[in-house]
Amino acid sequence: MDFSSGIFFQVAVDGIVLGFMYALIALGYTMVYGVLEFINFAHSEIFILGAFVGAELLLGLEASGALATLHPAAVILMIVLAGMLASGLAAAALERIAYRPLRGAPRLVPLISAIGASFFLQDFIRFIESLWRNTFYLNYPTLDILDQNLTLGAAVEIPFKSVLVIFTALAMLAGLYLFVNKTKLGTAIRAVAQDPDAAALMGIPVDRIITLTFFVGGAMGGAAGVLFGLHYSLINPYSGFVPGLKAFTAAVLGGIGNIPGAVLGGLVLGLMEAFAASYLAVITNGAFGAEYKDVFAFAVLILILIFRPKGLLGETVREGA
Amino acid sequence: MLRVDDLHVYYDAIHALQGVSFRVDKGEMVTLLGANGAGKSTTLKTISALLRAKSGTIELEGARLDRLPAHEIVRRGIAHVPEGRRVFPRLSVLENLQTGAYSQSGGASADDLERVFNLFPRLKERIRQKAGTLSGGEQQMLAIGRGLMACPKMLLLDEPSMGLAPILVEQIFAIVQAINKEGVTVLLVEQNAAMALAICHRGYVLETGKIILEGTAAELSGNDRVRQAYLGG
Repeated sequence: MDFSSGIFFQVAVDGIVLGFMYALIALGYTMVYGVLEFINFAHSEIFILGAFVGAELLLGLEASGALATLHPAAVILMIVLAGMLASGLAAAALERIAYRPLRGAPRLVPLISAIGASFFLQDFIRFIESLWRNTFYLNYPTLDILDQNLTLGAAVEIPFKSVLVIFTALAMLAGLYLFVNKTKLGTAIRAVAQDPDAAALMGIPVDRIITLTFFVGGAMGGAAGVLFGLHYSLINPYSGFVPGLKAFTAAVLGGIGNIPGAVLGGLVLGLMEAFAASYLAVITNGAFGAEYKDVFAFAVLILILIFRPKGLLGETVREGA
Repeated sequence: MLRVDDLHVYYDAIHALQGVSFRVDKGEMVTLLGANGAGKSTTLKTISALLRAKSGTIELEGARLDRLPAHEIVRRGIAHVPEGRRVFPRLSVLENLQTGAYSQSGGASADDLERVFNLFPRLKERIRQKAGTLSGGEQQMLAIGRGLMACPKMLLLDEPSMGLAPILVEQIFAIVQAINKEGVTVLLVEQNAAMALAICHRGYVLETGKIILEGTAAELSGNDRVRQAYLGG
């Protein structure tokens, strides 16, 4: 059995990278659930839209020759912000067009609308990319710096792109934490999540706050999309589905509606997946290979949810009337 | 100051308010009395636009309120302290108060916070605590304090005595009276008619969605029907 520390460490880094990616996506599900108790199943496409906008901007910069002259940090900042803006606006638009008109309808109706929006966005991206590039498979142009490694100690090397994902995600999470907990608008989001009628009585424009919540959650997903593209290179309009589903699972695992829970759930799921992929074959003597990583990860999740149905950080009771 | 005219409100097929009209003058403290389901809370919720009237008008100082969204009402000067207190349980006491000042352009001013803490010193002691962990009386104080943070001209109070020990009810009513003396007009909905009539200037009695009686507090206290139905003989 090979549990040598170098490999173990690298698997842990892979798991953390994956986990932060899930965490950023999971925030969109959990924040929207917090204010509307509704699952935005089109969020996986909001996420991949960010990846496409980032890729197009990067390809544009490459074609114009600007890519070679700009500082890589500026390029990365630019595409992350562009992905955030595009995904945030798309999520806010979705709320206005596809969800708000159904606000009073039975719960399953907006869910169907979300599934419809998901198909629409997939095919919209495919359509635009097919027209524009004759293909809807995009390769992220390589930034030299991302292919380098950061050497830590003797045997441990971390790909720079993993460092980028981890630090960007940490910065985004810190920013979100400050926004939600320390600003007037963030407090308004929490107030609407806890009691929308009482929030309205305080003069909080509940509908606008709901749109803002979609925007912020969408922007987090868009940033995750760009990081996903930079890290895994190849994207297509359908590649949001699996990460989206897993991020949704992470949100439930952490306690849906709970922001720190989404982060914790993402990290737990990412780490379990990475370790299962690397060690499942070793542990089971080859009976189960890496392809069973999802089966393993989800089996553990189901076990956790049996014992903590509200999720790791979920509220056990909803206080108040 | 507030004039409600011929208000009709429906919950689906149920005709909850059937032509309610009343007024509250500037500086007054007026109570709406009535049994459960008479339409008292419905009246307050319609004034704050949580509910829409099918017909009828609501005016504050001559300006129509009944077409405005709920979050605009508080900007016009009406703060509604809802039934069941409805504080934000996972926000701190301070955050609840700051949320109450959401409509104020500068946010929660130090003066306004100080005013609330002077009325309710307990809230200052618990400033960092989550509102959901407060006792019922403290939550009621927070709900009223949160309403005052909007610097309202008029306060709508829905059953502030609900579920509280008599000593706390007296305290809270004394504070409401003090707030009124500072110049805030008060419309008070109460089950505890004796307490309400003791501090209010005038009152209206609602029964199944209609106003059946009105008068000064003294007149209502002396009315046989009110005594039998609401004052326990």
